[in-house]
Amino acid sequence: MLHTFVAYVEDLPGVLTRVASLFRRLNINISSLTVGRSERPGLSRLTLVCESSAEAGHRVRASLFKLENVVDVDDIAQAPSVTRELALIKVAASPRNRAQIFDLVEVFRARIVDLTSESLMIEMTGVESKIEGLIEVLREDEGRILEICRSGKMTMRRGHHISSVLKAMGAGPDEKSEAENQPEALEAGAATEPE
Amino acid sequence: MGTNANTQASNAHLTTPTRLTGAEILWATLVGEGVTDVFGYPGGAILPAYDALRKFPIHHVLVRHEQGAAHMADGYARASGKVGVAIATSGPGATNLITGIATAMLDSIPIVCITGNVSSKVLGTDAFQEVDITGITLPVTKHNFLVHRTEDIAPALRHAFQIATSGRPGPVLVDITKDAQQGTAIFDFEAAKPRAYRPHPMLHVEESGLAHAAELIRNAKRPVILAGHGVIESGAMEQVRTLAERAQIPVALTLLGLGCFPASHALNMGMMGMHGEAWVNHAIQEADLLIACGMRFDDRVTGSTSTYALKAKKIHIEIDPAEINKNIKVDVALVGDLRAVLEDLLPRIPGRDGSAWLKTIDASKGAVSVRDIKNLPDSGHLYAAHVMHDLWRITSGDAIVATDVGQHQMWEAQYFHHEKPRTLITSGGLGTMGFALPAAIGAKVACPDREVWVIAGDGGFQMTASELATIVQEKIKINIAIINNGYLGMVRQWQEFFYERNYEATPLVSPDFVKLADAHGIQGRAVRTRTELAEAVSVARSAPGAFLLNFLVEKEDSVYPMIPAGNALHEMIRRPGKNPLVESPDDK
Ligand SMILES: Cc1ncc(C[n+]2csc(CCOP(=O)(O)OP(=O)(O)O)c2C)c(N)n1
Ligand SMILES: [Mg+2]
Repeated sequence: MLHTFVAYVEDLPGVLTRVASLFRRLNINISSLTVGRSERPGLSRLTLVCESSAEAGHRVRASLFKLENVVDVDDIAQAPSVTRELALIKVAASPRNRAQIFDLVEVFRARIVDLTSESLMIEMTGVESKIEGLIEVLREDEGRILEICRSGKMTMRRGHHISSVLKAMGAGPDEKSEAENQPEALEAGAATEPE
Repeated sequence: MGTNANTQASNAHLTTPTRLTGAEILWATLVGEGVTDVFGYPGGAILPAYDALRKFPIHHVLVRHEQGAAHMADGYARASGKVGVAIATSGPGATNLITGIATAMLDSIPIVCITGNVSSKVLGTDAFQEVDITGITLPVTKHNFLVHRTEDIAPALRHAFQIATSGRPGPVLVDITKDAQQGTAIFDFEAAKPRAYRPHPMLHVEESGLAHAAELIRNAKRPVILAGHGVIESGAMEQVRTLAERAQIPVALTLLGLGCFPASHALNMGMMGMHGEAWVNHAIQEADLLIACGMRFDDRVTGSTSTYALKAKKIHIEIDPAEINKNIKVDVALVGDLRAVLEDLLPRIPGRDGSAWLKTIDASKGAVSVRDIKNLPDSGHLYAAHVMHDLWRITSGDAIVATDVGQHQMWEAQYFHHEKPRTLITSGGLGTMGFALPAAIGAKVACPDREVWVIAGDGGFQMTASELATIVQEKIKINIAIINNGYLGMVRQWQEFFYERNYEATPLVSPDFVKLADAHGIQGRAVRTRTELAEAVSVARSAPGAFLLNFLVEKEDSVYPMIPAGNALHEMIRRPGKNPLVESPDDK
């Protein structure tokens, strides 16, 4: 199954290697990894997605915690959360066929962020499937897509689940109790889509 | 050597912040951490540190190969429970440490390795003798540090000691650039203290878990305690013993657990696993409850996991949450320090009558067992088992024994009965040949008043035999028993059993070990028969200096019983009837 881990790590040289090296050692392929600053000074926040057996979650989380520079680890598992990815897509477009792409961009709620006489750049934020959808449609015309750059997934739990709250609750991501205060209706529904 | 040491001056550094060079800070920090001995080998990038050594009350043992330094630090730690320290230069010095670091990692041994590196200005330029040793050792250390500023040396070293010893112990490497050693900084030992130790956030011992465990123990008909290295690391010998005695539960030990529960204790069944005795493994397979204490269900003790102890509920008491359900799924996990957990658990355990189960196990031992080897007549052959048995008998089992890896290691585990923790020093997880001699040197430096024996194969001994010179230079009294079977015996045994006796690359030509010892100024003697054995051992023990015994043993002897890798724990190859040493009930 797909596992999503969110971790706070010290913002120091080599820390990412340590995290990556752990997954290599466990023979688990990282399918997506994003890292950036967090709300906590000196700590980076990373979202790491990997494919592994259902039981692996516990061991991966325990092993991540064993790394000296890892401060917090949350195994999102099936918990209600918001996941987003950012994609920049450069497509070939002349003034004659631009309009068609403008329409597409509108339908997918993406944006045009750069425009030249031969090409334009689309910025799209969303769940993976939507980005895949846009790319698929763009691919219908061969040779149109020139470049794709995707950020990888970023995940945040829904509700008031900042790490200190999780800790107070006993931290267990696998604990059932957490699911309780998650309104089902908000689950990836259109109502929660931003913009 | 720290003969010119000015103890007072160096101790003043510990209380009053003083400006020192990085090299001085390195040693002053070690002194502050209680280090009295280090094992090392100099070179360009660590030379500033060596230059400052004479000012500090630290004894430096010059090794002959850096692998030896890491193993000595390891043996020092295993024998004493203190942190062992190894030191090496950059590049080849650092890479030579790696096998020793990995050995310590796999067996959770607290050592700190210090390496010099090229100056920070040229880091990353492939400068002379530069390697990325923090990168290389990342997967085989608990943590490592690259220090390139003088003011970071003391905090990094102190943090390294904390990491090495806390939670599940392990090796830590601190790589210090040459310019950091040469620069100066204010040394403030107190201020360099690491942040408060944070236990693993997933440690988890709940009231309900303790209650469940206690209930399982109370209701079990056929319980077995599996005691591992964690018993020793946690200092839980008393607690395990109380649990066993109060609830009358038999105890099986892992290789690294040997000594954590007295061999002579009526409830001690002996070693489990690949070369454990049949009754031990049968008891585990028949058990209805396993209480795993500080052990990790390694493949050498479980055999095939799909057929392992299927009738048993399992309680796992372990400090490393990553070990829970890793190899074997358990019913109750008590994740915490073994000693503390057992102290919480014991008040819930009432006395229990275990006699029926104990009788069943006893019956499965049969009338004639390996315990009776001393009664068997001398057939004229010298078997390694005889050597182990006599070493045990003559030393009253009171020596520290460092074994290498191979058949002799298993024979030692079977026939030398360890009563106390930290008396067997052996590489279990990595199975590192060449470990015994340097590890024994480390043990002797840690415990100078103890009798120390090396038991090594003719193969493994040659991997680190150069440390004989270290013994002489350090005037160390240890005794060396080479179990010389002319083969890489354990590999030969696998070839015999599983590769149709195709003895490819296992026959071994060796030097005359007695002459080799003599060339180093070490006395020695060859032993060919059982009649010479006891006297030779006595001569070695009473010799003032180190002594080497070359035991020319039966060449094609094998270690029995044996569970072929991947087989179920009860599917073992038993001792053949022709074996004159021992018999088991089902021998024809
Ligand atoms: C460094 C290293 N290389 C290879 C091995 C594989 N190996 C395990 S036991 C063994 C044979 C050891 O021979 P010897 O030291 O003579 O001991 P014996 O088994 O004969 O008692 C070998 C080669 C190992 N464990 N370690
Ligand atoms: Mg041999």
